Amino acid sequence: MINAVGRDIPEEILEMTGKEVFRGNHYFDGYTYRKHGPSTTCVINSNGSKLVSGLREAIEKCGIRDGMTISFHHHFREGDYVVNMVMEEIHKMGIKDITICASSLGKAHDPIVPYIEDGTITNIRSSGVRGKIGEAISKGKLKGLAVMQSHGGRVRSIATGEVEIDIAFIGAPTCDDYGNCRGIGGKSNCGVLSYAMADALHADKVIAITDCLVPFPNFPAHISMTRVDYVVEVDAIGDPEKIATGAAKPTTDQRKLMMADYCTRFVVNSPYFKNGFSYQTGVGGASIASTISLAREMRKRNVRMRFGVGGLTKPMCDLLINDQVDCLLDTQDFDLDAVESVKDLRHFRISAGQYADPFNKGAVVNKLDFVILAALEVDVNFNCNVVVGSDGMLTGAQGGHPDTAAGAKCAIVIAPLLQGRIPAICTEVTTVTTPGESVDVVITDYGIAINPRRQDLIEAMKEVDLPFKTIEELRDMAYSITGEPERVQFADRVVGIIESRDGTIMDVVRQIKSFEFSDK
Amino acid sequence: MNPNKKRLRRTMMFLNVQKPGLIKDPYIYGPDSIILDLEDAVAENQKDAARFSLFHALREINYRGVERVVRINALDTPYWKEDIRCAVTGGCDGIRIPKTESPMDVKLVEDAVEYAERESGRPVGSVLIMAAIESARGVMKALDICEASERLFGIALSGGDYTKDLQTHITGTGIELMGARQNLVIAARAAGIQCFDTVYTDLDDMDGFRQDVENIHLMGFDGKSIINPRQIRIVHEIYTPSEKDIIFAEKVVREIDEKKKLGIGVFTVDGKMIDIAFYDGAKRTIALAKASGVYRGDL
Repeated sequence: MINAVGRDIPEEILEMTGKEVFRGNHYFDGYTYRKHGPSTTCVINSNGSKLVSGLREAIEKCGIRDGMTISFHHHFREGDYVVNMVMEEIHKMGIKDITICASSLGKAHDPIVPYIEDGTITNIRSSGVRGKIGEAISKGKLKGLAVMQSHGGRVRSIATGEVEIDIAFIGAPTCDDYGNCRGIGGKSNCGVLSYAMADALHADKVIAITDCLVPFPNFPAHISMTRVDYVVEVDAIGDPEKIATGAAKPTTDQRKLMMADYCTRFVVNSPYFKNGFSYQTGVGGASIASTISLAREMRKRNVRMRFGVGGLTKPMCDLLINDQVDCLLDTQDFDLDAVESVKDLRHFRISAGQYADPFNKGAVVNKLDFVILAALEVDVNFNCNVVVGSDGMLTGAQGGHPDTAAGAKCAIVIAPLLQGRIPAICTEVTTVTTPGESVDVVITDYGIAINPRRQDLIEAMKEVDLPFKTIEELRDMAYSITGEPERVQFADRVVGIIESRDGTIMDVVRQIKSFEFSDK
Repeated sequence: MNPNKKRLRRTMMFLNVQKPGLIKDPYIYGPDSIILDLEDAVAENQKDAARFSLFHALREINYRGVERVVRINALDTPYWKEDIRCAVTGGCDGIRIPKTESPMDVKLVEDAVEYAERESGRPVGSVLIMAAIESARGVMKALDICEASERLFGIALSGGDYTKDLQTHITGTGIELMGARQNLVIAARAAGIQCFDTVYTDLDDMDGFRQDVENIHLMGFDGKSIINPRQIRIVHEIYTPSEKDIIFAEKVVREIDEKKKLGIGVFTVDGKMIDIAFYDGAKRTIALAKASGVYRGDL
């Protein structure tokens, strides 16, 4: 069945998943449902501690068995040890057919690939996958399906009960023996625990894993003891060097600086740039550079930001330090400056649900004026791909891309026209992850295209001296340099689905196969 | 005269012709000219490989109106003639002669260029020449060099070699370059051709760069050789005429056109005495304003 972005979703996938095809961003607006609640084992006896002897005991006490769904958060990013240590233990116990429901998986989790191959793990839900897990899925080694979800979409799937988490494993930088977890302190300081909050609310069993046990009460708790069944103390839950790195040095790459400059000039000339505007950006070189140049323009034009959202980095936190923004709303900290900034009273932690869940009573992304994003590919319909490489391999993450793009009044995607020798602006993206209806502007090093759906922005930019082009012109420029690439060839088997934030199917990802040359 | 001889050249950006990532799309940064370098950027044993890269770049890449100048190897090397053949056949717009010391150097290159034009079937005169002055002797011979060829569109100071020859070094203050700069710009103006300043190599000192450009702008240079795209915007900014200058230039052009019809030679605009001598300058201001994207008028 063809969906709203023109992708043909196979009937057997719709049957197998019980899902509908994507019908547009606002298809479920006003939809009413009852949220899923976890089964809860009461702790009335006052003698006990929740601290158990080790991970094995905690897993056994939670009654693990074949076919269960377990969950993880990705606040430790490429420094995470939790996923690997839990999966190793489960593998040793001989458990099979596990569904992993992670807020994201990265290269740090390459060691779980053998468990995919031997059937310990048969289904994966994640914002994205990189490295060897991506390769394993794309090569068809996962027996079930990989479901790629946005950050908001993940919370939706958990809150609606579409995904029932049997055991949530929550790595906590600090925790007391009764399960009060904080994202701050200890040696694996990650600042916030936003992605784990839905897991704590809805999972049947919750295990907190910490390498810094502190005396009760570890307050104010970011995840409350009232949600936690067991506490495990281990030597290390992550590699601090890879959890929050030092702030990235601002780029000197002229190409990125130029795109950042285009972006800032677009933002300040748009109708939304006025006192009290809101803004979110990512961690790419051009995104960070655009925050830095935007701060300069704000100072020059005496314009103040009401709130910034993120995924935070130093340049966003600098806005707070320099009193250019009223407050920051934080779902994740990418560098030590952001972790440090959490102490500021104007720097608020929010849950992933508050941030982006389309199935609650309104998320922060709905209040965004601007979001600055990146993409691997953008097509002439402004559809973006941030998950599947141009070689067909799963290699990225949706993150908050579809959520913020859908919510923001002005969603700007920055992408160099050519990624190496591959055109980033193309006729049709390999895989649609964010629908073109969400994307308003594409900024490349060769020019800027405004989505024709946004005639208001086109009108507003009429007198602005920026290199405006149509998206087709940008594509043609790219193809004139590289030639039009042949489409990636896939095998028939569907190995993954790109789940829209509302739970419908945006696209499918098929198994890769070796390129076959035609005789023509 | 080749119509491109007097084109706008505020920024002439050096590019190592052996770096595909650099030469594939420098036009996105908006320099007026690029200088594809076969000389100092290329190791002695890579000269032939660099020519292949140059030829394919000139043939295959659409530089979208950016002038393509090729810096050949010096005339005391075995490479320069083949460099010219390759550049001209590839389709370059101009040749930059390094270490020019006499009018004879220009004439030698002129002959080789014409030979290559004929050999490759290009119209004779289609390839322009510029001469880099890199020594005390070159500076002293500047006017003769400037007048050596109809193809010569400009001369450029090359500060590194020049200061070595002068037994000093680049200080960042410009003191060591004062005499040469003054001399070259006077010679170029006397001959009616353009003059370009030397590169500024400290990419971390953008304030120093700005100061340097402001100085050479006031001295009368047409533009500057640059080594990184981040320098482009500053040069163009400084060479962009102010709104006041543009309005005045517009008035001058209109009034001179008008008064000429009435047979009036001298008159006043905004209280300043104006005659035909102001005409070219005013036209140049309008052209600069157009190139800088700030001109909204209809001249």
